[in-house]
Amino acid sequence: MIELRGVHKGFGENRVLQGVDLTIASGTSMVIIGGSGTGKSVLLKCILGLVRPDAGSITLDGQDVTTADRDAFLARFGMLFQGGALFDSLRVWENVAFRLVRGPKALPKAQARDLAVEKLRRVGLKPEVADLYPAELSGGMQKRVGLARAIAAEPEIIFFDEPTTGLDPIMAGVINELIREIVVEMGATAMTITHDMSSVRAIADNVAMLHGGVIRWTGPVSEMDATPDPYVQQFIHGRADGPIESVR
Amino acid sequence: MTALLGAVGRPVLQAIAAVGRVVLFAAAVVGHILRPPFYFREFGVALLQIGWFSLPVVGLTAIFTGGALALQIYAGGSRFNAEAVVPQIVAIGITRELGPVLGGLMVAARVASSIAAEIGTMKVTEQIDALVTLSTNPLKYLAVPRVLAATLAMPVLVATGDAIGIMGGWLVGITRLDFNSAAYLKNTLDFLEVWDVGSGLVKGAVFGFIVALMGCYHGMHSARGAQGVGAATKAAVVSASVLILAANYVLTEVFFTS
Repeated sequence: MIELRGVHKGFGENRVLQGVDLTIASGTSMVIIGGSGTGKSVLLKCILGLVRPDAGSITLDGQDVTTADRDAFLARFGMLFQGGALFDSLRVWENVAFRLVRGPKALPKAQARDLAVEKLRRVGLKPEVADLYPAELSGGMQKRVGLARAIAAEPEIIFFDEPTTGLDPIMAGVINELIREIVVEMGATAMTITHDMSSVRAIADNVAMLHGGVIRWTGPVSEMDATPDPYVQQFIHGRADGPIESVR
Repeated sequence: MTALLGAVGRPVLQAIAAVGRVVLFAAAVVGHILRPPFYFREFGVALLQIGWFSLPVVGLTAIFTGGALALQIYAGGSRFNAEAVVPQIVAIGITRELGPVLGGLMVAARVASSIAAEIGTMKVTEQIDALVTLSTNPLKYLAVPRVLAATLAMPVLVATGDAIGIMGGWLVGITRLDFNSAAYLKNTLDFLEVWDVGSGLVKGAVFGFIVALMGCYHGMHSARGAQGVGAATKAAVVSASVLILAANYVLTEVFFTS
């Protein structure tokens, strides 16, 4: 279980997170929604330790993430980045097997390659893709490779940062389905940040809305449409009028 | 008055802070060199990129510099009947100063820029964050192999540049200045001392360290967007070039004035 209590983070004068409280139960899929610039990515990076919070606590299964052994902590995570964040200088299979060929439990190269090809197949990519470089792939294929890399070491927790941004609706639907299937199949805890409502409905067990540096509303996705919270209603229906200023 | 002090003090404090950050970065890189894990493949690639692919530019710089130096020394020496010292002065000028300094500056232009642009792009496309999430220290994976490769490759480049630069002087000497080929080479070899070459190689190692360090530092501290990467690339080349010239003066003081 991931628990955030009173998490604050600012960059200069800009107070991005102003006391975030959130609980993500093990084996569930939490989707964080919110407008651009509301700090969704910062929140995710705080959990991973890529950004250090100014105040508050973040615990994973009761252990403070800032004091945990970094390698052991990160070994439990997989992450799909918004732009894929694939390493340009490495072939696709080397990207997917990056974690598998390094560290104390490193696999032999041939075995790691086979595993990478298997993961690529799992995300709908043919084995021929394995020897290409990321620059030779389309945006949708890069997202799939990023997904294969995120699940390669079979992590307990997977983070998805804007998984469908920049994709056409069909490819977005394919990625959403893949994420849902993989999370259910692996029994992993998932945290996704997005403002794509079709992703929310496809991926989420629970939804949390981040606005003004705090969690405005959180609950099961089945209750999202019925909530009277005006912020959630404005956001999920994409209205210009409402408490959220359209010009930020 | 307060505003004036602020205007003067702020950039001074910023400069001191920047120096501190670079020193801490350098200390962290050096501290990681001997600690596992070691990324041999990345080291090999860096050695190839920095050492092997810089040979043409260093060689061309050296041959033209050696040739021009021979012409200048001959023209200057003729004012007091000292034309015969061309081989000796070309050799000492190339090995002690021009070989390492011009080689270092050319490598700074070629390598510091490419390292800063590559790492800067990795930063803005979240590849460095991805390394962290994959339990890999970016400093160790990106900076250590490049800094180590540049530090080891530069002396080899300088030695090659020395030989080509002296050859440039010899070519001009025998084709344009009527020197006897065997006598030119004999004068060169008789005059040169081991430390003339050795000091240049030590300078080369220091300059290689500076070049890769500046490339990595500015790449890793690149701001967002194409403009940020461009600024990081420019800062890497300028800072590496200035530091090379400053370090050259300090090393020359240490090596040759005591």
